[in-house]
Amino acid sequence: MTGTAAPLFAGTSLNSRDRKVEWLVRVLLGLMTALLILPVVIIMALLVVEGGPVISWEFLTTRPVDGMTAGGILPALVGTVWLVVVALIASVPVGVAAAVYLSEYAPDNWLTRAINLAIINLAGVPSIVHALFGVGAFVLFFRFGTSILAASLTLAVMTLPVVIVSTRESLQAVPRAFREACWNMGATRWQTIRRIVLPNALSGILTGIILEVSRTSGETAPIMFTGAAFFLPFLPQGVLDQTMAMSLHLFVIATQVPDAPEALPFGVALVLISMVLAMNALSIAFRVYVRGRKKW
Amino acid sequence: MNPQALARSRDFDHRGRAWYADRAVTVFVFIGGTSAILFIGGIFAFIAREGLGFVFTEFDAGEFFGSIAWRPTSALDATYGALALIVGTASITGLAMVVSIPFSLAAAVFIGEFARGRVRETLKVLVELLAAIPSVVWGFIGFSIMNSLIIDVFDVPIGLNVLNAGIILGLMAAPIMTTIAEDALKAVPDGYREAAEALGATRWQVIRKVVIPAAKNGLVAAVLLGVGRGFGETMVVLMASGHSINLPDSVFDSVRALTATIAAELGETAVGSDHFRALFTLGILLFLVTFAINLAADTIMRGIRRKGERGRP
Repeated sequence: MTGTAAPLFAGTSLNSRDRKVEWLVRVLLGLMTALLILPVVIIMALLVVEGGPVISWEFLTTRPVDGMTAGGILPALVGTVWLVVVALIASVPVGVAAAVYLSEYAPDNWLTRAINLAIINLAGVPSIVHALFGVGAFVLFFRFGTSILAASLTLAVMTLPVVIVSTRESLQAVPRAFREACWNMGATRWQTIRRIVLPNALSGILTGIILEVSRTSGETAPIMFTGAAFFLPFLPQGVLDQTMAMSLHLFVIATQVPDAPEALPFGVALVLISMVLAMNALSIAFRVYVRGRKKW
Repeated sequence: MNPQALARSRDFDHRGRAWYADRAVTVFVFIGGTSAILFIGGIFAFIAREGLGFVFTEFDAGEFFGSIAWRPTSALDATYGALALIVGTASITGLAMVVSIPFSLAAAVFIGEFARGRVRETLKVLVELLAAIPSVVWGFIGFSIMNSLIIDVFDVPIGLNVLNAGIILGLMAAPIMTTIAEDALKAVPDGYREAAEALGATRWQVIRKVVIPAAKNGLVAAVLLGVGRGFGETMVVLMASGHSINLPDSVFDSVRALTATIAAELGETAVGSDHFRALFTLGILLFLVTFAINLAADTIMRGIRRKGERGRP
């Protein structure tokens, strides 16, 4: 080719038109980002304004009365804690084991690819399909009935990917040299994992578990038919009891109790969202703290 | 053999307690690792177990996909036409994507390419918090705040409609799309950007002509996963869409979605009845569509990873 080829980029730092376009794009994209985030701020503000007055110590520690049009949310709060704890007991060991396998053992073969695809799908399957699975498997087939156990196991299956993915990431962040040094001392694979890999990844694993708590406590559809009740006057005594839950309670008093005072669902929503966002903020803060302390 | 020699030979026998512990753990983590496959297979098996009984008996594909008459409780002539539910889900998801795709991609480009330092970290945290808001809270916002807002602004009798559910669902799907799209932009090697900058390109020219084309597949995967999220969302469409069987003419019409139908009716059906099994059939449909979407997104993303590996020196 003779002469000069048409330049791909006409702009130089002196080309003022391109500088203007760049500035415009920057402002436009910034505005769109702000518009995406603004609703959250507005929604949080509205929840605090409308729901704030409802919340009191009494609201958190008494039971709903008068057909759920008055009183507090104690059974729902306690129920959500039950559901989350049982779900964690079920999912954390399995999830951590899966992550250890994927990070420390798995060869790059079809089985590993299938596992990864299964994890993506577990996270992507609609929550109501998880609910159908919970009904079909835990409530009917294993005969747990509608109980905390059935609901928590459904939640555990659903949130398993959260534990697996975050644990795997933190295991893989441990430098390979740490493992090699340990193997060279004559340690077995498991000794290396237990003494070197897991302790160094512990904070990352905890971050993932906190995230799972946040996810689990907000889910509604999977527990609707597997263990959460519209209204129960008493607190659950064991894992085979039904229970109320914060998320379902919000749905019920917002849509099924027409004569509830207007501020009441806002109060429940505020408590629920505070729980969830506090957990998330905790996990983010924890992550930043750990990142700052990392020795390698 | 003297005791010292015996001890030494034990050192060389690897089958001590540590060896057996190592074996046991290998088996245990393998079982844990394959559990995800077991669970996804189990989900399909248990839904199919209830749903296929319906598919092979009462199910009529022409009626299911061609009729809007979803009358499962009619004593004389129960019909199971899911067309209105499919159209309802599609219209809400479609509007949600119109809302969220431009904003999510814009936010991903802004956070990934323009924002720096503290602003960038703050925006990332806010997007993460946005993703954490439970769906039932979004549903409640649609049911209460958005409902009255739409009635006031557009002067329509009912604010629970496609517009309401679509906007809320769009806000809900946006953080996921933003996060994945930003990851895709981050995966473009800095060398590409530096080369373009060295040719005199402004930052926007770099993004438009180099970064976005290179990250195209990842951005498509991000959109796909957002579609999957919107398609499968339950509480928002149950609370904000109006939940009435209807082929919508405009965004101000109420509709009913597949997921919401299951959520609303499962509690009121007798276990094993046709109606119960028909709801599981809807579940099979939801499972298969989301499976296909996730598979497509994963295939596209794997393509990127492969390419990235080849390009590495």
